[in-house]
Amino acid sequence: MRVALFITCVNDTLFPGTGRAVVTLLRRLGCDVEFPQAQTCCGQMHVNTGYPEEGRRLARHFVDVFAEYDAVVAPSGSCAAMVREQYPRLARAGDASFAGEVAETVPKVHDLSEFLVDVLGVTDVGAYFPHRVTYHPTCHSLRGLRLGDRPTRLLEQVRGLELVPLPGAEECCGFGGTFAVKNPAVSAAMCGDKVRNVAGTGAEVLCAADNSCLMHIGGTLKRQRTGVRIMHLAEILAATEATR
Amino acid sequence: MSGGTFLGMPAFPRNAAAAVQDSQLRFNLRKATHTIRGKRASVVAELPDWAELRAAGKEIKDHTLRNLDRYLLQLEEAVTAAGGHVHWAADAAEANRIVADLVKATGETSVVKVKSMATQEIGLNEALQEEGITAYETDLAELIVQLGDDWPSHILVPAIHRNRSEIREIFQEKMASYGRAAPEGLTDEPRALAEAARLHLRERFLSTKVAVSGANFMIAETGTLVVLESEGNGRMCLTLPETLISVVGIEKLLPSWRDLEVFLQLLPRSSTGERMNPYTSTWTGAVEGQEFHLVLLDNGRTRVLADEVGRQALRCIRCSACLNVCPVYERAGGHAYGSVYPGPIGAILTPQLRGMGSALDASLPYASTLCGACFDACPVAIDIPEVLVHLRGKARHPRAERLGMRAAGWVFDRPARLAGAQRLGARLRRFVPGRLPGPLAGWTDTRDIPDIPAESFRDWWDRTDGGAR
Amino acid sequence: MSGGAAGPDPTARAHAAGPDPRGRTGPGTGAATGGPGTGAATGGPGTGSRELILSRIRAAVAGAPEPGITRAYRTSPDQAGAVELFAERVADYRAVVHVVDADEVAGAITAALGRRAAGRVVVPDGLPEEWARAVRSAVEAGAVPLGRGTSGAGAAAIMRDAPALSAAELDAADGVVTSCAVGIAETGTIVLDAGPGQGRRALTLVPDYHLCVVRADQIVAGVPEAVGRLDPLRPLTWISGPSATSDIELNRVEGVHGPRTLEVVIAR
Repeated sequence: MRVALFITCVNDTLFPGTGRAVVTLLRRLGCDVEFPQAQTCCGQMHVNTGYPEEGRRLARHFVDVFAEYDAVVAPSGSCAAMVREQYPRLARAGDASFAGEVAETVPKVHDLSEFLVDVLGVTDVGAYFPHRVTYHPTCHSLRGLRLGDRPTRLLEQVRGLELVPLPGAEECCGFGGTFAVKNPAVSAAMCGDKVRNVAGTGAEVLCAADNSCLMHIGGTLKRQRTGVRIMHLAEILAATEATR
Repeated sequence: MSGGTFLGMPAFPRNAAAAVQDSQLRFNLRKATHTIRGKRASVVAELPDWAELRAAGKEIKDHTLRNLDRYLLQLEEAVTAAGGHVHWAADAAEANRIVADLVKATGETSVVKVKSMATQEIGLNEALQEEGITAYETDLAELIVQLGDDWPSHILVPAIHRNRSEIREIFQEKMASYGRAAPEGLTDEPRALAEAARLHLRERFLSTKVAVSGANFMIAETGTLVVLESEGNGRMCLTLPETLISVVGIEKLLPSWRDLEVFLQLLPRSSTGERMNPYTSTWTGAVEGQEFHLVLLDNGRTRVLADEVGRQALRCIRCSACLNVCPVYERAGGHAYGSVYPGPIGAILTPQLRGMGSALDASLPYASTLCGACFDACPVAIDIPEVLVHLRGKARHPRAERLGMRAAGWVFDRPARLAGAQRLGARLRRFVPGRLPGPLAGWTDTRDIPDIPAESFRDWWDRTDGGAR
Repeated sequence: MSGGAAGPDPTARAHAAGPDPRGRTGPGTGAATGGPGTGAATGGPGTGSRELILSRIRAAVAGAPEPGITRAYRTSPDQAGAVELFAERVADYRAVVHVVDADEVAGAITAALGRRAAGRVVVPDGLPEEWARAVRSAVEAGAVPLGRGTSGAGAAAIMRDAPALSAAELDAADGVVTSCAVGIAETGTIVLDAGPGQGRRALTLVPDYHLCVVRADQIVAGVPEAVGRLDPLRPLTWISGPSATSDIELNRVEGVHGPRTLEVVIAR
């Protein structure tokens, strides 16, 4: 199976460790991972901020880059949700050939946990991570992709890991892309509540499948000197005795 | 919308920033929304066929909107045949004039009102006041809002922003100027406050000759109107006065009587989190000797209907489930939205009804993180995030943002440009300040920014051949 | 249906509203008056706004797809245990509920009114004679009038709505006893349709206490069956527990403008 890694622009630029963890993990599970160098950004920021034309251009580029692969894996719930939910809408306003390519490519794009559980059929990925972890199911993973319990099933199989429930887990952290900049007061209030809930769990690590949300919550965790660190799901699943 | 009510209000972010600082409001809102959220979740979970009811609700509404002209004519015919009178109002001013003329024709100078979003939207009370007619709100929360010279902040519980002690103060200070004074020694017990409202309004119900209502549903097939309520003030207004005037948005139609079997399950459970609300009244035309007038209101609805993506907002049955699950509403409160329709539904309905000409209305589509909780809660499956994004695409953008987005688009158009930008960032990473300038300052006010890594993923892949070296 | 005033849609709904076919409150009664306000020639048929709105709609939906309607929801939930479920769900609203055999209804009425010490009780036309007698015996058993100080209150009496009671007279009543049209088990809802033994709508609204008798054969499992049994041309009141509000800090308070107490006798 030719698996393409869609790293996403945020991970590529700010969280390269997440990408390296995905590569490690998928290879350990026997996948042949490729990284199409032509990829850039899925267009989510543009579309969600109100620039559909730029977004459509980036969507076309995405489809051109990834059309040839059997599967595309993205370590980002919100970018996978962007492709799955918004590309068909963007295509509707485009030409018929683009709509056809979108219909062809979209079903092959998976969030990491979907790919592991649904495509590879594994929940025990052989990881070892002896820490207390709480999981935040980000909005687009939860309500966009409907990941359900896939991420937590994966975490539950990690040896040594103690998973503690996060109160109010399904509530948004207040990031919302440009929302955090356009509505900083409400965004900060939402994040404050999220951070209180995270700190209250006594977890060492806050895990999520979306680094943009983790960046938001983590920025507040750090500013408040809570001592809780953030980790992407891929980084925990890639960890083994050898790496600890 | 409402006669000058919200005109000139600042944009949402400023209103919200002030609300976020109000700790009493934050507490009231949090408690209220979480309470009602939990109640809704449990009664919705009780029904094994909720998803099917929701799908039927959505489809019935879509079908009605697609054939709205035909169904309105059918409704008009049925209401008229049952002894009612039907009036058509293209906008708020016309609806207000029709109602005022009807009230004047009775010779009365006061009306009692059933809680109605449509009449708030058109500013009916203020318009009647100008004609020398006093409109008395009779729903407990609307009474609190009216006595407090306040604005409603929620569709279902308009005084959600007030707590018991504030309500007690309002009753003690204001009731006397509207009618029967608050009882001596009124406490802030909810029971005592409800009793004070009962006593205050009872005499008015028994003596007022004209009532004004909205409606939750109108049935085209039979000409039947439906009002759901809890307190009985609706029943008082609908049954005791000699004349009843109902002002209803044209989108409130259902094709057939049978369709109520869907909506009388969807609405109460979504709205108050009850299996059924205490009282529902249905009437067809003029009943029990009453004079009945129906005013059909457009006021921007046909404009919403013309938008392929945005028209789904007209499915709304005003249950307020989206407000109660919205994390933004929970912190900003209803007033920040500058409209009688707050919360997620307001963020898509108001800019469509009023247009996005004002700073406030242009800011509403951005009053959301697109978290999707509203879509899941909506009993008629309005994809609010989809409409928000759609409206953002039509909004006017600040120049600096336009330039920034264009620059970002330029970088993302070519992988080489992206790689170049990443390397530039990596080289400058030690110089990134802890506090960012301009519009990004909102971020660093309360959050640290992530460290920029020395090497991007793509450069790592290049250098190591994907980790092979 | 053409919306004629000729009665309900003939597409065969079983009307379980009791023996009264098209009672006093059929459509169109008292509505033949041209009424005032016909001077409101705004927006009536053939006027500008009517045509304007209709043409705006036609322009707005031109070419839009015609959505289908799938009704995959339950329309006949399990009828078994409906009476017990109804009793449980009515009680959930903090109404007072009694389940008795059919021949015990009269006794239950007398006992309930006795507990209320109700002296002035409204009895609508068409209430079964045996139940009306039960009301009489309760009232005559020396119920203590509540004497709210309104004129006309005080003397214990059966109050009939013929000639029609004024709002003030209703306000001075201690309670009202009615039958009903339909009961809905799943939601604990009682529906009145102004049929025999139910009276016009104000009778069950203004007095502070409503005692309602529901026969087992009037109880249906869910909302769809109830809608199917009811006649939309009659004024309907759906009642689920006593009047209530949650407007103050979302605290539910029973009893605002409608009856503060709802008592239900279910006749097995």
